[in-house]
Amino acid sequence: MDWGFVLTQTMTQAIGVTAIIYCLAAIGLNVQFGYAGLLNFGQVAFVAAGSYAVGVIVLTFDLSLWLAILVGIIVATLLALLLGIPTLRLRADYLAIVTIAASELFRLSVRSIAFKDVLGGAQGLNGKLGQQFHDTNPLPADFESLPVLSWTRQDLWVVIVGWILVAAVTVLVWLLVRSPWGRVVKGIREDEDAVVSLGKNVFVYKLQALILGGVIGALGGIVWAVAKQSVQPDTFQPDFTFFAYTILLLGGAARVFGPIVGAIIFWFLLAGTGEFLGQAIQAGWIDFLAPTDVGNIRFVLMGAGLIALMVFRPQGIFGDRKELALDAR
Amino acid sequence: MPDSTATAAGTLAEKAKAALSQVEARPGVPKPDPILVADHVKRSFGGLTAVNVEHVEIQRGAITALIGPNGAGKTTFFNLITGFDDANEGTWTFNGRQVAGMAPYRLARIGMVRTFQLTKALSRMTVIDNMRLGAKHQTGERFFAAIFPFLWSSQEKTIDERSLALLRRFNLHEKVKDFAGSLSGGQRKLLEMARALMADPELIMLDEPMAGVNPALKQSLLGHIKSMREEGTTVLFVEHDMDMVHDISDWVIVMAQGAVIAEGPPDAVMKDQAVIDAYLGAHHDAQLTESGEALTEGGS
Repeated sequence: MDWGFVLTQTMTQAIGVTAIIYCLAAIGLNVQFGYAGLLNFGQVAFVAAGSYAVGVIVLTFDLSLWLAILVGIIVATLLALLLGIPTLRLRADYLAIVTIAASELFRLSVRSIAFKDVLGGAQGLNGKLGQQFHDTNPLPADFESLPVLSWTRQDLWVVIVGWILVAAVTVLVWLLVRSPWGRVVKGIREDEDAVVSLGKNVFVYKLQALILGGVIGALGGIVWAVAKQSVQPDTFQPDFTFFAYTILLLGGAARVFGPIVGAIIFWFLLAGTGEFLGQAIQAGWIDFLAPTDVGNIRFVLMGAGLIALMVFRPQGIFGDRKELALDAR
Repeated sequence: MPDSTATAAGTLAEKAKAALSQVEARPGVPKPDPILVADHVKRSFGGLTAVNVEHVEIQRGAITALIGPNGAGKTTFFNLITGFDDANEGTWTFNGRQVAGMAPYRLARIGMVRTFQLTKALSRMTVIDNMRLGAKHQTGERFFAAIFPFLWSSQEKTIDERSLALLRRFNLHEKVKDFAGSLSGGQRKLLEMARALMADPELIMLDEPMAGVNPALKQSLLGHIKSMREEGTTVLFVEHDMDMVHDISDWVIVMAQGAVIAEGPPDAVMKDQAVIDAYLGAHHDAQLTESGEALTEGGS
């Protein structure tokens, strides 16, 4: 059994590109759900919007990646307006229903034959999507690999910029939630009518929170498209959103660092159990599982872990249990 | 304590009483200086007409009580006037301005601030944050300005000072950093009232401020409501507790089955036959059964 290999693979994933993508999606959800109390179950649609903006602008129209990033942000804003304007005047549950439906609608639309010329149909868009970004890579051309983490030169550059992006977004969220704006938004989470009765236009604040969270999610999608150099419609399944929620709750909702720590731990555990089980089966320690079962078993373990979390530490890692109990009134 | 407030207060309280002394006690009577005038306000839920108010005026600077038996439509009327519910028909003016159909947050901004029957303390926010939220015209509440603290930090300081002064007045100054959700029911009522005052209301509308509050706290709430009048705020409140209504209100409006059935100074209203009938039923002192008779005799 190669413990070094298990550790290397696990760490590489725990702070790798995937963790960054999920982390950004979870930061977006933190703004929407953690602070504003908006149940967005369609975060994956915003991520997909970011990815597809890169794919379409760079590959289909052969334009600049930097333009694509701008387009991704605009598309996410429009998507938030489209989902928010009809539903944010209604009760919270309606947003949840509309967003989960919209995220599937988005995925099924972009993969349809009708838009195959522009969006690539079920195969998606594959090619040199992030070339312009990878051309800026300052790492030495003969870069081999870091001591413990097995990233390629290209991956390492994405990871570095990705975590800088996460840090920048986190600072922005931190500045916002400690401001009077954040106070209004938290007030809306607690009781909308009370905030209305104090003269705040609640609808506008909810829309702002939905847009901000959606744009942050779209940034995750942009990172995804740039790092993987491909956009696949079927990677944007609803379970992406639920993993992002798991990350958020694991770290602690309405905590600035919750999504970062949550994402790292989530991928550490998910990758760790996968690598460990794979190695253990190979070494003959476990004989009742086939190597092909590992991918599913790790999600079973993850689910059990999540249940345990909800029972023993419902507030997540950074949360305050007393604060959570207040909600019971 | 009541004595000192009475003498110090004097002027405005007496002025409010004096202005209303010449007003006839009948439903829909015009007032000398109304802040709120409502006409033909109607709201039905299916076949049930919850509110059907022909005409009512609220005197500026006075404490007006809105009373009536359960289901009289008091809270629904509150919701309609403050924009939290939509009237089927009717118009109403606030400070002479047509405000029917205006969004509730805009009504709050122009000075009509309400509280709720079920207290709405923002549980997972601190007491001071609850208070700060009440302040109007905050630069830092704008999305892009919020990112730059130097744009709003001086305003925040002023808001903090006002919040602390109000919390001291409402005896909540030791709870500043506590979560609002950890306060007792009575303290939440106080907080909600103080928070409403942060919004500088011209007309404050209190929906059952005394519900579920212990007698000692009731007295201090009464004092706070009186002090609002002293500061020139018009108070309109819904209440069940007749003693309290009698104690503090300058004028009483009685609703039953959605309509205003009586108006007048507290003493006159409580003797009004229509009011007694609405509360107790028109035949409340008629004998219903023989056993009832026997019981009364046995008792005396």
